[in-house]
Amino acid sequence: MSAGEQGWPLWEVFVRADRGLNHVHVGSVHAADTETALQAARDVYTRRAEGVSIWVVRSTEIVASDPDGRDDWFGDLKPYRHPTFYEIPDAVGHM
Amino acid sequence: MATTTATPLVTFLLRIADDNLVLAQRLGALLARMPELEEDIAVANVCLDHLGQARSLYARAAELEGLGRTEDDLAMLRDERAFLNATLVEMPDVDFAHTIVRQFFVDAYQVPFYGVLCGAADPVLAGVAEKAVKEARYHLRRSSTWVVRLGDGTEESHARVQAAVDLLWRYTGDLLATDEVEATLAAEGAVPALDDVRGAFDATVHTVLAEATLTLPTDPYQRLGGRVGVHTEHLGHLLPEMQRLYRSHPGARW
Amino acid sequence: MTVTEQATEAAMQERFDAMLAAGRKIEPRDWMPDAYRQTMIRQIAQHAHSEVIGQQPEGNWITRAPNLARKSVLVAKVQDEAGHGLYLYSACETLGIDRDELNRRLHEGRQKYSSIFNYPTLTWADVGAIGWLVDGAAITNQVMLTRTSYGPYARAMIRICKEESFHQRQGFEIMQTLASGTEEQRAMAQDALDRWWWPSISMFGPPDAESVHTEQSVAWGIKLETNDQLRQKFVDQTVPQADYLGLRIPDPELRWNEERGHYDFGAIDWDDFWKVVRGDGPCNRERLEHKRATWEAGAWVREAALAHAAKQAARNTTTEAGR
Repeated sequence: MSAGEQGWPLWEVFVRADRGLNHVHVGSVHAADTETALQAARDVYTRRAEGVSIWVVRSTEIVASDPDGRDDWFGDLKPYRHPTFYEIPDAVGHM
Repeated sequence: MATTTATPLVTFLLRIADDNLVLAQRLGALLARMPELEEDIAVANVCLDHLGQARSLYARAAELEGLGRTEDDLAMLRDERAFLNATLVEMPDVDFAHTIVRQFFVDAYQVPFYGVLCGAADPVLAGVAEKAVKEARYHLRRSSTWVVRLGDGTEESHARVQAAVDLLWRYTGDLLATDEVEATLAAEGAVPALDDVRGAFDATVHTVLAEATLTLPTDPYQRLGGRVGVHTEHLGHLLPEMQRLYRSHPGARW
Repeated sequence: MTVTEQATEAAMQERFDAMLAAGRKIEPRDWMPDAYRQTMIRQIAQHAHSEVIGQQPEGNWITRAPNLARKSVLVAKVQDEAGHGLYLYSACETLGIDRDELNRRLHEGRQKYSSIFNYPTLTWADVGAIGWLVDGAAITNQVMLTRTSYGPYARAMIRICKEESFHQRQGFEIMQTLASGTEEQRAMAQDALDRWWWPSISMFGPPDAESVHTEQSVAWGIKLETNDQLRQKFVDQTVPQADYLGLRIPDPELRWNEERGHYDFGAIDWDDFWKVVRGDGPCNRERLEHKRATWEAGAWVREAALAHAAKQAARNTTTEAGR
């Protein structure tokens, strides 16, 4: 494993299996860009079934709420946060 | 050899089936060898598509020739001189760039080729073509995406993919070349003329290579011969590996 | 920690324990004890690594499958394994670790994969034996894991179980075809069973008396039945299958025990088991060397994709700026 090799970013995948249904989160893929992320999502999560709609979103773009409004309870205390749900400033570099 | 007495349609079907089987055989060896897990899954999908196309076409060819042969007899019991695939699909996977370029050239050909075959008189062939053209379009989207990323990626990827293009281009002519088989089928109205395939192929190749900052070799030489069983020396190594188990237990069920 | 932080952490732990006790799923953004997080990461990652390494012994027969139908099914199976590995890495990453780091740990031998894949697939019958025995053993475990406490892991297991059902059937069907075929085919099937039986029942791990079964594993929904219980279940279901095939399980002590209502079977060679787990099995070095070499050989491809993405991003910025 080459030291300092940067990996492909993570994308969350949402699939709408058929018309009339919602997009549902099914998992994630690693890809370097939107086109290959879409293709990977299609290959991995739909086995290329037709009539299916796929959304891919950079994991870092997902903004999530805390379950049960825990932020209200604990104010400044920082419980563990999933790192990919937060923007890492570019100056900090790859984490 | 059975092909000397085969009808033009059966010969034509075997050519396409062999293209797909030999390519699937190459791809099948790549699982667990790709640069990322997503790519292992993708290459398996492409392999399964080509294998499926081959099997449907062998079944139809066997039915039409009426000699009681099965898809496996056709795949496993014919020797190199009876295989009718284009030379391109025999070419080995020197690296990921070779895998992608070989695939890209096949895809750029199969999209217009299967497109024409949707109008074939034989309903089974037309049916296979309708399914296969969708698969080919998906394959082309994937392979052209990779050609561009490798060509316009790093210096190393550019060098590798240009080397693959320089090597593999001379085997593409074999895909596109037609002879009295296609001419007869067109004259009979069995298969529409394939005249427009080369134009569509060239257009796709030129567009994608331009975006990938790649060039085609200037050497006009094309290594033909696969369609009449004059293959490269690669096929003679590929077939024994594929056929050995079937041949060493004649008549056995698997 | 401040007093407030301690009190808060205690409250979180209480809440976490209560959720587990109530059978509620733990989800990625929940507070969880560090031990839980680290155990889950290791458990899920090693499961994923097993799927990925498992592609090697089975993929070994794709180019030489005896007919086109078997070739297709085998490609589909190996593809499924890659897919399952991917679902599991995806679940693992929700715990705050990167897939590349998991790869690193595998390549450096800091995380393991199922030892069953350290044996070579020497004949076509081995492909059948793996589907029948190895996938059979894995399924025993997998159904249990669909009920595990960590949400993403449980959901990945549900998806995997749905896809897994045909693998074992296909393996058994291969064995059936061989066992009812020519003399050579029957001998091939028996030889494969002779080599894969003991490694397969060893898959369930050391005997209960020697393994570290904590209440923790049960509470966290990682282990809902013991090694010996799962092993017994597997033997009981598999012996009749071997009888049906007309193949002989290589255990002279194997016999039905009417009193217990289970099959008695002979002692497993645990020295050999540990030898293989420690890295000295027939294929350990090859599997990891193959994995590492593949990863390194692909570095230029991964870099190219990133370089192109960076160029595209720069071009888009320029285009935007130029408007």
